[in-house]
Amino acid sequence: MKKMNKAAAANRGKRFDTRQAWAFAFCLPNILFFLIFFVAPAIVGVWYSLTNYNGFKRMDFVGLSNYLRLFQDSDFYRTLWRTFLYSIVSVPIGYVASLGFGLLLSSERIKGITILRILIYWPILLSTIMVGLTWRWIFGESFGLINFLLESAGLPQIHWATDSTAAFITTIIAGTWSGCGTNMLIFIGALKQISTELVEAATLDGANKWQVFWNITIPHLKPVSFMVIILSIISSFKVFAMVQTLTNGGPGTATTYMIQYIYTTGFTKNQVGYASAASMVLFVILLILSFVQTKISDKQSD
Amino acid sequence: MKNVKNIAVHICLFALALIWIFPVIWLILSSFKDGSELFTYPLTILPEHFTLANYATAWEQFDLMLYTGNTAFITIVATVITVIMSSMCGYALAKYSYRWLNLLFLCLLATTMLPTEVIMSPSFTVLNALGLYNSLWGCIIPTVGTMTGVFLMRQFFMSVPNELMESARIDGATEGQIFTRIMFPICRPQIAILAIFSFQWRWNDYIWPLLALSDPKKYTLQLALRTLSGAEAVNWTVLLSTAVLTMIPILIVFIIFNKQIMNANMSSGVKG
Repeated sequence: MKKMNKAAAANRGKRFDTRQAWAFAFCLPNILFFLIFFVAPAIVGVWYSLTNYNGFKRMDFVGLSNYLRLFQDSDFYRTLWRTFLYSIVSVPIGYVASLGFGLLLSSERIKGITILRILIYWPILLSTIMVGLTWRWIFGESFGLINFLLESAGLPQIHWATDSTAAFITTIIAGTWSGCGTNMLIFIGALKQISTELVEAATLDGANKWQVFWNITIPHLKPVSFMVIILSIISSFKVFAMVQTLTNGGPGTATTYMIQYIYTTGFTKNQVGYASAASMVLFVILLILSFVQTKISDKQSD
Repeated sequence: MKNVKNIAVHICLFALALIWIFPVIWLILSSFKDGSELFTYPLTILPEHFTLANYATAWEQFDLMLYTGNTAFITIVATVITVIMSSMCGYALAKYSYRWLNLLFLCLLATTMLPTEVIMSPSFTVLNALGLYNSLWGCIIPTVGTMTGVFLMRQFFMSVPNELMESARIDGATEGQIFTRIMFPICRPQIAILAIFSFQWRWNDYIWPLLALSDPKKYTLQLALRTLSGAEAVNWTVLLSTAVLTMIPILIVFIIFNKQIMNANMSSGVKG
């Protein structure tokens, strides 16, 4: 009896090992991928940021001097501030717009609801370059639709490409427009889960629509809202090809955001070391954001 | 009275949606206008002289077939690999419990914090070291391990009952057989969703082609669009028609699968 148990245990132990081996085999491609395309570039990036690498042979260790230079570089601060500004303006607008669409299009009773949702979702299907292109065509200074409409209304034309504020506004509009669809659908999904009984009970107790919205809908959407906002902030920091196509960072550098700054510094000016230091700063910012996200979502699930 | 209000609400909603999407419609309509009409005020919504000349010019001046072929190759191969890798890893994460799997999951989550955009130079170095520079594989290999894909498959496999595995084990199936014969086939709907998303990501991808490709013969459609729109004097007639053409495959996929795409978005909020 004892012997059999032992044999069974040994057998189980062996099976356990093959099972673990299989599990490892299933994960192996992703593990390799993680090491090669995430860990390796991250390490190389840290190393580059400590050197004066210029994209060719020359590479000397220079310690923290890239970082010291970066923190005294007013260009870098301006770019960072612009990126923050882009994020601060575009994220709330995008949030309100997608929540608004979500609320408007959550009722299945509206005829043609699917078509309406498809129309609002459509911009998501466009590549970032297509988004930039679409708005560049609309905001063309002497041929665009907007300036034509302004002129027809007897208003002065706006210099979308040469006025820095106007150019900033175009990037905000295009950025908000292109990200709304997914967030709208996330809100619709969350709104569907609100129990109708709760709403009915509240209505029976004399709550009006506004009270139901503030006291039931909004609290229910809190966790989802939080996720949407954090994801929007991260993607606003990543904005690159859309702006490159729309304004090419101009006029001057008025709409040059972080990623384009890093790209130009690294690939056009060949200051790879310096650009990598800027990358690391951006990485730390994203890291802090994600940390905040996990902290708050942990709090919410408690 | 209620009917009137109902109709008014519908009209408002449709008007809103049409205004929202009007920039794209405007782009499409403009692509059918002739060159002089594009740049003279007053503008009209519909083309006054409907023409396909812009498309003909784009077709002649650019090797659109070649770019489409390159893009299609990258999209299809990358999507197949993505689906296989994600379902294997998602399955392991959902159905086995070892401590290192939790660690792996955390590591994969971390990848969302450090997007390629942030570390383009180092990513280029790695790409170059692997000999993938200036090869279509350079736009495929670096993109196939996606956290979103793994996460999507893991969510699905967590809903599959463990008894299915247990009974197959009693019947003597190996872990590999359980996955290939039972688990992989039953997750077909989820695979379809991941494949659709992957198709869209890769078709519209810009960062990796930008880093990996230098030979214009290997360009993808997005790179070609970028080259056209980044020129000193933008040739809008060609650009507009090319842009409309690059949208078509995604639109077809979306029209066929719109239900699945929208439902997946509503339940998990998938982001590229």
